[in-house]
Amino acid sequence: MNTSTRIVIPKTVTRGEVIEIKTLIKHPMETGYRRDHRGQVIPRHIVKRFVAIYNGTEVFSADLTQGVAANPYLAFSTVAEESGEIVFEWIDDLGDTHTEKVEITVS
Amino acid sequence: MSKRRDEGLTRRQLAGGLVAVSLAPLASGSRAKADDQLSAALESVTGGAAVTEGRVKLEIPSLAENGFSVPLTVSVESPMTAEDHVKAIHILSEKNPVAHVVRFNLTPRSGRAKVSTSIRMADTQRVMAVAEMSDGSFYSGTADIIVTLSACIDGG
Repeated sequence: MNTSTRIVIPKTVTRGEVIEIKTLIKHPMETGYRRDHRGQVIPRHIVKRFVAIYNGTEVFSADLTQGVAANPYLAFSTVAEESGEIVFEWIDDLGDTHTEKVEITVS
Repeated sequence: MSKRRDEGLTRRQLAGGLVAVSLAPLASGSRAKADDQLSAALESVTGGAAVTEGRVKLEIPSLAENGFSVPLTVSVESPMTAEDHVKAIHILSEKNPVAHVVRFNLTPRSGRAKVSTSIRMADTQRVMAVAEMSDGSFYSGTADIIVTLSACIDGG
C-alpha cells in the first residue's frame, strides 16, 4: 500500500501505565456506491482490518467496513508492560498490507 | 458475523436508493425498516442473547453538518482483567447501507475499554454501541444523531 500514516504514542512511559495510541492512515475508504463522471461504479476499496501487536502479542484489532470514514482514525489503549516494539498493520480488501513499527521505552 | 445479511441490505438499498421500500413483509414505512435493520444487526452480533442497557457510553455529536466523517468515542465500564474484560465493541447503524459499521477487538492488554474512530452517516438516525464481555454478556449504549448532509449522496 502506497500511503502514509500518523501514529501518536508516548515514547517514555512507566511500567503498568495504560497509554492511549492514536493512529491514522491515508486511505480513500471508497464505498463502492459512488459513480464516476461516465456513470461507472467506482469499485469498493477499503481498509478491512487493523492490528496492533505489542512485542509479538496482539493487543488490539479492528474490523472495518465502508461505514468508516476516509483516512480511518483509530484510537485505543494498551498497558505498557515492557520496552520494545509495537507493530501496526492495516490490511485492505485487495490484500495489501501497510506496516509501521514504533519503539516504546518503559521505565 | 453478519456478512451475508449486510450484503443483502447493501444490494437492497442500492437498488432502491436510501429511501428503499422495505422488503420485509410486516414492515411499513422507513421507521419500521430502520428498527428492523438495527435489531437485525444486534441479533447478528449477539446471536439472540439478551442485551442490557448501560455500562456503555457512546459519545457522538448530536448534530453533524455532514455525514462524511462523524467522530465517535465508546467507553465501557470494565476492570479489563483476564477474568473480566470487554472482548469486542460493535458500532451498529440504523440507516447506513452497512448496519455493522465497525468491530473493535479488545484484550486484557488493552488496559482500558475505550476506543475512538470516525464513521460515515447516511442519514439522521440512531447509533448503537454494543459491548461483548468476556463472560458472554452484552451491554449497549445508544445515541441519536441528526445529519444534515448524507455521506451516501452520489458524488462524482
